[in-house]
Amino acid sequence: MTATAPTLSPAPTGAAPTPRAPRRTALVPTAVLALGTLYCLLPVAWVLVAATKSGRELFSTFTFLPGTGLTDNLADLSAYRDGVYWRWMANSALYAGLGALLSTAVSALAGHALAVYRFRGRETVFNVLLTGVLMPPVILAVPQYLLLAEAGLADTHLSVLLPQILSPYGVYLARVHADAAVPADVIEAGRMDGAGEWRIFRTLALPMMLPGLVTVFLFQFVAVWNNFLLPYIMLGDDEKFPITVGLFTLLQQGAGTPALYTLVITGALLAIVPLIAVFLVIQRFWSLDLLSGAVKS
Amino acid sequence: MNNRTVATCAAAVLATAALTGCGSSGGSGSSGPVELTYWSWAPGMDKVVALWNEEHPDVKVTVKKQASGDDLVTKTITAAKAGEAPDLVQAEYQALPTLVGNDVLADISGEVGDAEREFAPGVWQQVTLGTDAVYALPQDSGPMMFFYREDLFEEYGLTVPTTWEEFAETARALKEKAPEKALTTFSSNDAGLFAGLAQQAGARWWTTEGQKWKVAIDDAATRKVADFWGSLVKEGAIDNQPMYTPAWNKALNTGKQIAWVSAVWAPGTLTTAAPDTQGKWAMAPLPQWEKGANVTGSWGGSTTAVTNDSEHKEAAAEFATWLNTDPEALAALVRESGVYPAAQAAQTGDALKEAPEFFSGQTDFHERAAKIAEGTAPAAWGPNVNVAYSSFKDAFGAAAKKRSDFGAALRTVHETTVADLEKQGFEVAK
Repeated sequence: MTATAPTLSPAPTGAAPTPRAPRRTALVPTAVLALGTLYCLLPVAWVLVAATKSGRELFSTFTFLPGTGLTDNLADLSAYRDGVYWRWMANSALYAGLGALLSTAVSALAGHALAVYRFRGRETVFNVLLTGVLMPPVILAVPQYLLLAEAGLADTHLSVLLPQILSPYGVYLARVHADAAVPADVIEAGRMDGAGEWRIFRTLALPMMLPGLVTVFLFQFVAVWNNFLLPYIMLGDDEKFPITVGLFTLLQQGAGTPALYTLVITGALLAIVPLIAVFLVIQRFWSLDLLSGAVKS
Repeated sequence: MNNRTVATCAAAVLATAALTGCGSSGGSGSSGPVELTYWSWAPGMDKVVALWNEEHPDVKVTVKKQASGDDLVTKTITAAKAGEAPDLVQAEYQALPTLVGNDVLADISGEVGDAEREFAPGVWQQVTLGTDAVYALPQDSGPMMFFYREDLFEEYGLTVPTTWEEFAETARALKEKAPEKALTTFSSNDAGLFAGLAQQAGARWWTTEGQKWKVAIDDAATRKVADFWGSLVKEGAIDNQPMYTPAWNKALNTGKQIAWVSAVWAPGTLTTAAPDTQGKWAMAPLPQWEKGANVTGSWGGSTTAVTNDSEHKEAAAEFATWLNTDPEALAALVRESGVYPAAQAAQTGDALKEAPEFFSGQTDFHERAAKIAEGTAPAAWGPNVNVAYSSFKDAFGAAAKKRSDFGAALRTVHETTVADLEKQGFEVAK
């Protein structure tokens, strides 16, 4: 879920650079950002309010008027097909948690290697990865399915995990971050002191790269959590569905059966809670940055 | 991340690999019961299947619940390309030619016995595609009907229209008496409705001519239907807003729209769309083009099909036949999944004795519905229904909004459909 706010350049063309001018132009970006915030938060507010409405109230009362059905909705959602929703939640947690962790590990190793070592074909590898960044994962889903089916892995947990472990964007980010945050001198010093390459990576480079890796982890976690098409194509067994695919089955029940809107909305609300939790917990690692590394000034 | 975490992750991956390694070989063993997987979206299908599993310990069916719609067709075709399609799939009637064209469905004419006589001819024809093969068994059907607010019809002194001409008169009469209300709306967001109306008028959109497809979306029958609705929209006798929106729900709930051309499953939709109007509705046959006729189209409905990937086609066909013709299974389908069965015996069976709760005033609801269903017109589906449907949404959506010529929109749909068929490499008869 990304919203790119239009970047208005507040460039004060013309003269008169009075001291008050910068203060005035700040109004425009602030207004744009406020508008962007509103644009992003309004749908969330809608979900929040709509989740409190009973099926009867959903389409008949004022949009942002809270309803009376939240507890009933939660109970219904938990009771739906013997609590299959929680199963989907656990699946999503597995796919996103383990997937993001493995992906971050791969990105860290690859990024470190690309940044620190000079070897033949390094730029080629990096350029191929960059091309991968431009490739939307959506178009890869079907080929990946056919490949994994060939390997006998279709309709397994692995079929969703494996394709998401290599994230070109994660490797790119890790390399750029390693380039900037891990000084060559530190690596050199480590070698002088007789540390092996693995130890240099683990005790020197990794802590310095941590803020960047946290970003990679978060990006990947959100991407996997929200991913729909890949698990949709890979999985046939509804016991292995993540939340996204699971909720879709509640919406599309055939022409004769009304969609379970209240359950889907409540389910969608609960589905963003873990995302917010992960953000809040991991946020603090961002501020660590270079302070946690040992660098000469 | 320390060494231990890395080790734990690695162990977890290996464990998953080991688990899937031994878990994915189900179904092909020669000993033990035959195992069948069934992709279905009908709610409560697992409970219906449980009845089968109890009685047939040698053939175990497992339901994997899916989301309905065109996406499932794509998913099934993709799975079949990899040889991973389930033994049985639920498929809508209009999806069958696409699935057959992609070599997904098995011909089970040898296994279904004389199931044909259980179904209305217009329904059965849709699973044979007009050939000698049988590609699926009809599960539920959606014969179209006219639903109206009985109380408001009385209040405004309207009579229930039996022909489309009377339908237009009724719409105009209501506009005169209550300009802020409308009889109904013309909605372009579900092409299935329009397709059903065209079938009633005698349209056959896709037919084959030798090895060639013939598309007739722009035929005289369909044009008649398009012009009829187009002129009603143009003169403002009916509304032009789409269905299934919060605004539409509100219009039905508050009585701003007092009728709905829909199918037999409408009570379920109305229950959520217009909860305050319970007991105020009644159902009547669809208005006819010829006075005294009993013809209706279909909107919705689905089948149970066996795939070519199945290693136990015979057992799968046996299950599909049981599910859609056995009285006990049909009763369970009605009870657990809320479907309107395609099998004629079940349409008047015990399970459908009582009228839907929402239509409690009309005690003979299902008796009348079964009579209407007898007149189900045949439908002719082709390999790119989805393209025609999405083109319909765009072209008719714009035409309804601008209250402009529906004939031009129909030509657009026709041309888009033909162009897509040709692009896909089919030969199209001119």
